[in-house]
Amino acid sequence: MSTVKFTEDHEWVLVEGDVATIGITNYAQEQLGDVVFVELPEVGREVAKGDEAAVVESVKAASEVYAPITGEIVEINGALDETPAKVNEDAQGAGWFVKMKLSDTSELEELMDEAAYNTFTAGLD
Amino acid sequence: MRYLPLTEPDRQAMLARIGAGSIDDLFIDVPEEARREGLVDLPTRQGELEVERLLGAMAAKNTPAGSVPFFVGGGAYKHHVPATVDHLIQRSEFLTAYTPYQPEISQGTLQYLFEFQTQVAMLTGMDVANASMYDGSTACGEAVLMAHRITRKKKAVLSGSLHPHYRAVVENLSDFAGYEIDPGAPVIDGTEDIIARIDDETSCVVVQNPDFFGNVRDLRAIADAAHAKKALLIVAFTEVVSLGLVTPPGEMGADIVVGEGQSIGNALNFGGPYVGLFAAKQKYVRQMPGRLCGETVDAEGKRGFVLTLSTREQHIRREKATSNICTNSGLCCLAFTIHLSLLGEEGFGRLARINHANAVKLADQLDALDGVEIVTPTFFNEFTIRTPKNARDLIDEMADKGVLAGVRVSRLWPGEDNLDDLVAVASTEINTDADRAAFASALKEVLS
Repeated sequence: MSTVKFTEDHEWVLVEGDVATIGITNYAQEQLGDVVFVELPEVGREVAKGDEAAVVESVKAASEVYAPITGEIVEINGALDETPAKVNEDAQGAGWFVKMKLSDTSELEELMDEAAYNTFTAGLD
Repeated sequence: MRYLPLTEPDRQAMLARIGAGSIDDLFIDVPEEARREGLVDLPTRQGELEVERLLGAMAAKNTPAGSVPFFVGGGAYKHHVPATVDHLIQRSEFLTAYTPYQPEISQGTLQYLFEFQTQVAMLTGMDVANASMYDGSTACGEAVLMAHRITRKKKAVLSGSLHPHYRAVVENLSDFAGYEIDPGAPVIDGTEDIIARIDDETSCVVVQNPDFFGNVRDLRAIADAAHAKKALLIVAFTEVVSLGLVTPPGEMGADIVVGEGQSIGNALNFGGPYVGLFAAKQKYVRQMPGRLCGETVDAEGKRGFVLTLSTREQHIRREKATSNICTNSGLCCLAFTIHLSLLGEEGFGRLARINHANAVKLADQLDALDGVEIVTPTFFNEFTIRTPKNARDLIDEMADKGVLAGVRVSRLWPGEDNLDDLVAVASTEINTDADRAAFASALKEVLS
């Protein structure tokens, strides 16, 4: 069974077994505008929750993406190198950033579910 | 806009806020022996004519570079800059000290910066170049910081034969950021084994080519050794004309290339302002400091120029910016671009060959003198000599005979042993047969 969780920094976390796929939300890509570059970490890097894990650069700004959970980077979305626009087209699917092996599943409980995230973003507008 | 100077209460309030008792307290970091007590004894007023005469008499005590046979290099080189350069840089379309904000309104400036970048990339054999830095040394310091960002490591291994001013800027930028430096000792004959100092902690290796003493080296083995340890090779140069003859750093495996562009388009200018050249591999473009100009098309499909990748810069990315340098010495950069355009690819290559030929002729003449040893087995337009005489005396006595002979090496490495008898000698296209004959005969007399 898989679940999608969200953070206040506008990341989504899809958990399947002990691996989490992470990207930025559709709301985030709309705010950023056209994404022109995504800098991803190297595979094998250990990151702690809150560490800078990636940088997403749009025509407007470059923004850090912080690790929503603690773990090891096991895969990165190499396709973003050539086509960063995937983040705009399908932020919560083909535009994923990294896959991480979870160290501590209890961290997931601190994240929002989809309904809570929608309420959260509604409050931002 | 009115200009309102500070009042005494303003000053006192600011001093009190930062806990300083007086303005002088702000200068306590300057070593005491370098500080002056009291004011310089100057008359309160003087007519313009009198001032001109007084300062003219003082200036006449100097021996200007253009007035005598001149062989001084060591990071700044006297070349012939055609009068057309000076004329063109003063055109009002160009004349600005700055990369403009609201940049797209200044298409002329952006176009020359774009062409400058193209020239630098071609000269260095690299993929991309920025719109210039302040000078070679700041470019070198920024290159080390860039390598640390890319490799996520903190130690720079510097060649001991890197220009000490470049090393000093690297140290300055690194000290306060907590970065480590392995500086190395000077090796005068080009045999330095820098590979032995590269380890897993090494972020980058900085090598100058030709090095301070003049040696030209094949850097491929160093590049391979650096890459094997996941470190970057940074190649620096102080004499850009060398790139017309020496294999470009990009072809020898360099990841970042930095250097001084003063030789092209710019006079000695008392040591600055100069123009720093900075080039890198395409894959590192987003970590490059400084501004980048790009070519694009406008809404009507016409060719135009823009500042590009600005999201790396401090006015957008603040403390996460790739550098706090987002400016340059634009006029020096313009002079470089125009001079190089006038020379063209062929002319630049010919200029380099003339420089090398002149240096070889001089070296042969000096080598024939008793007591003179050329200590650099290879060189471009600058080499180092050893004589039985202390270099300080030698240069003074040569100057008395009307020849500016070179740079005393020990001046750049105070406290380092075994350099007292070394003089770095540069010879460019400005030197004539008569200049060389004057050098050789003066040196013969000084050594006899």
